Amino acid sequence: MIDIPLGDWVEQAVEWLSANASGFFNGITAGIDGMVTGLQSALLFPNDYLMIAVLAVIAYLMTSKGHKPFTKGAWKSAWGITVFTILGLLLLQFMGYWQETMQTIALILVSALIALVIGIPLGVYSSRHDAADQVIRPVLDFMQTLPPFVYLIPAIIFFSVGNVPGVVATIVFSLPPAVRLTNLGIRNVQQDVVEASRAFGCTQRQLLFKVQIPLAKPTILAGVNQVIMLALSMVVIASMVGAGGLGQAVYKGILKADMALGFEAGVGIVILAIFLDRVTQALGISRKQVSDEE
Amino acid sequence: MSKIQVEELSVIFGKRFREAKELQKQGKSKVEILNQTGCTVGVSKANLEIQEGEVFVVMGLSGSGKSTLLRCFNRLIEPTGGTVVVDGNDITKISEYELREFRRRKMTMVFQHFGLLPHRTVSSNVAFGLEIQGVDEDTRIKKAYEVIKTVGLEGYEEKMTGQLSGGMQQRVGLARALATDPEILLMDEAFSALDPLIRTQMQEELLQLQEKVHKTILFITHDLDEALKLGDRIAIMKDGFIVQTGTPEEILTHPADDYVRAFVENVDRGGIITAGSVMFKNPSAVRIKQDGPRAALRKMSNAGVTSMPVVGDNGKFLGFVKDNDMKEMEDKGLRDIEEYMYTREEVTAVTSETPVAELLPLFLDTNLNLAVVDENRKLIGVVVHSSVIAEMIGKERSEVKQIRQEGGIDL
Repeated sequence: MIDIPLGDWVEQAVEWLSANASGFFNGITAGIDGMVTGLQSALLFPNDYLMIAVLAVIAYLMTSKGHKPFTKGAWKSAWGITVFTILGLLLLQFMGYWQETMQTIALILVSALIALVIGIPLGVYSSRHDAADQVIRPVLDFMQTLPPFVYLIPAIIFFSVGNVPGVVATIVFSLPPAVRLTNLGIRNVQQDVVEASRAFGCTQRQLLFKVQIPLAKPTILAGVNQVIMLALSMVVIASMVGAGGLGQAVYKGILKADMALGFEAGVGIVILAIFLDRVTQALGISRKQVSDEE
Repeated sequence: MSKIQVEELSVIFGKRFREAKELQKQGKSKVEILNQTGCTVGVSKANLEIQEGEVFVVMGLSGSGKSTLLRCFNRLIEPTGGTVVVDGNDITKISEYELREFRRRKMTMVFQHFGLLPHRTVSSNVAFGLEIQGVDEDTRIKKAYEVIKTVGLEGYEEKMTGQLSGGMQQRVGLARALATDPEILLMDEAFSALDPLIRTQMQEELLQLQEKVHKTILFITHDLDEALKLGDRIAIMKDGFIVQTGTPEEILTHPADDYVRAFVENVDRGGIITAGSVMFKNPSAVRIKQDGPRAALRKMSNAGVTSMPVVGDNGKFLGFVKDNDMKEMEDKGLRDIEEYMYTREEVTAVTSETPVAELLPLFLDTNLNLAVVDENRKLIGVVVHSSVIAEMIGKERSEVKQIRQEGGIDL
C-alpha cells in the first residue's frame, strides 16, 4: 500500500510560510484591515436615512444609464430597483441591522475590489499568452471547485481571525470569473477589427487599450458582477473565521438555533444581493444599446 | 522603377514549412506537399511588379492565395520566402518598429468586413490611423471631416458605425484608409460584402476618387467583372500561383492557359473590348472630290461590300454611301455623290477606345456600318455588325460552326 501524506505536506508548507513570511502576511493583514475598517466607518458616518437616500440615488443613476437623467424613460427603467432599495434598506434599519449591513457591504466591496485588481490584469495576460492560459485555467478550476471551507484553514493560520482571513478567503473564491471573463471577452473581440487595427500600425498597448478592452467591456463587466455576487455568497462562510456583518448574524443564528435571528439576517443578505446584482448588471449596458432601442 | 516589386514570394502555413519549402523547390504540387508535410501552401513563388499610381487587381477564387499574398505586403502574414520591395526597401526584412511606421504612414488597408470599431463614431473611426500616430485630437478630427466629405458621407460624422448600411460602412473603411495619406492602398475584397447595386456604385466612385488621389492601389477580388472594371492591370491566381498578369484586354484576348480561358469565357466582354480591336483597319473609302458614282460602285464591288465610307481632304470622315443609291445616280446621270450620301443624322462615328457594348445599340438605329475616327475625325476603321456580335459572344468561328451543326435545323 502506498501512503501519500499530501495533507501533511500542505500543512508543512503552510507552517513554513507562516513562520518565515510573517512580515509579509502582517503587512497584508494591516492593509486589508485598514481598508475594511475605513470603508465601514465611511459608510456608517452619515445619518442612516441619508445613506439610504444616497444608495437609492446610486441605484437610480446606475440602472437608468443610457437615458437622460430624470426623464420618463429613465424613471421607467429604474423605478423598480430604486423603490426596492429604499424599502429594503429601511426594513433592515427598522429591524436593527444597519451596522451589520454596512459592515457586509464594506467586506464585499474590499474583497471584490482586490479580486478585480488581481483578476482583470491576469485575464488580460492569459488572453495574450496561450501558454499562460494553459497554466492559469486549471488553477482557476481548482480554486472554484475546492470547497471554500478549505481556504479558511490556511487563512486563519496566516491572518489569524477576524475580517482579514474572511476577505482573503472571499478573494480566492470570487477571483476566477474576473480572470475567465476578461480572458474570454478579449479573445472574442472580432478578429477582423484586431487585424485592421494592426494594419494601421497599432502597438500591442494601443491595441489593448483602444480596441480590445473597450470591445470586451460588456464581458469584463459581467465578470465584475459575478465577482461581487460570489463575494456576497461567501459572507456566511467568512463569518466562521470571524468576519463581521450580516454573515455573522446568520452564523450565530445557526449556532444558537435562533430562527428569528437567522431569518432576519438572511433576508438582509437577499436584499443586498438584489441591490448589488441589479446595480452592477447595469454596468454592462452601454449608452448606445439603450438609445438604439428607444 | 516600379513602386512595389515582389520576387519569389512564398507563404507556407504549418510547422514543417522548411521541409515543405524543399518539396516546393523540387516542384511538388500543393496537394503533394500537404500530404507529405501537412503544410498548406498559401502563395507559391509569386512575382509581381506594381507601378506607381496604378490600380493593380489580384483575381482568384477562394483558396487561391490572393488574400494571403496581399497580407504579405504589410506583413499581417509573414512570408516564408521571397521579398517584397517597396520604394527600394525590403519589407520582409524591416524591424518591428519600422514595420509599424510603414503601416502608419505608407500603406493602409480596407477590409472585406470593414473592421470598424463599433464603439466609436464615424469620425473617430476615420481618425483612428492618425490617433495611433499620436496626432492631436483637433487636427485629426479636422482631417477626418475632410476625408469623410471626400467619400460622400457628410452629415454622418457623429453617427455610430453600427447605424450605417454596409455600403456606408465601407465608405468609412475607405475614409479611414485615406485619412493618413498613404501612398499605397490595399483593398481586400473591399466590395464583396456589398449588394450588387451598391457594389457597382462603389466601384465607380473608387475610380473617380482614384482620378483625384492617384494612389497605388492593390485590389483583391474573386469577381472577374470587378477586376476587369477596376484594374489597370490584373494578376490571376490559382492554387497559390500567379498564372497570368496583364491588362484586362490582354487577358480577354490572349488568355495564358485553359484555366484563364474558362474564366474569361462568360465574362461581359462588351465593356472591355474596344472598337479599335474589332474594326477593319484602313478600309477602302470613297473620296468625295475625286470619285463619282461609277468609281464608288467599282470600289464597293471590289471590296465585296454594299456600303462604303466617304472621306474628304486628309482622309476626314464625312458619311456613307450605299451601292443601290450609286446605281440610281448612275441611271439618272447624276455626278455629285454628296447628294446621296448618308450624313450626321443617319451615321455614327466612334473612337477606337469606345467599348463594344456601346456600339451595339448604335446598330439599332441604322443598317450602315460604324466609322471609327481619330481625334482629327480622320477615318481609321470600320466596324461591321458581325464582328461586334462575334466579340460579344466570345466564341471562335470554329465553335460557331459546331453550334450550327448541333443546334441548327437542316433546310
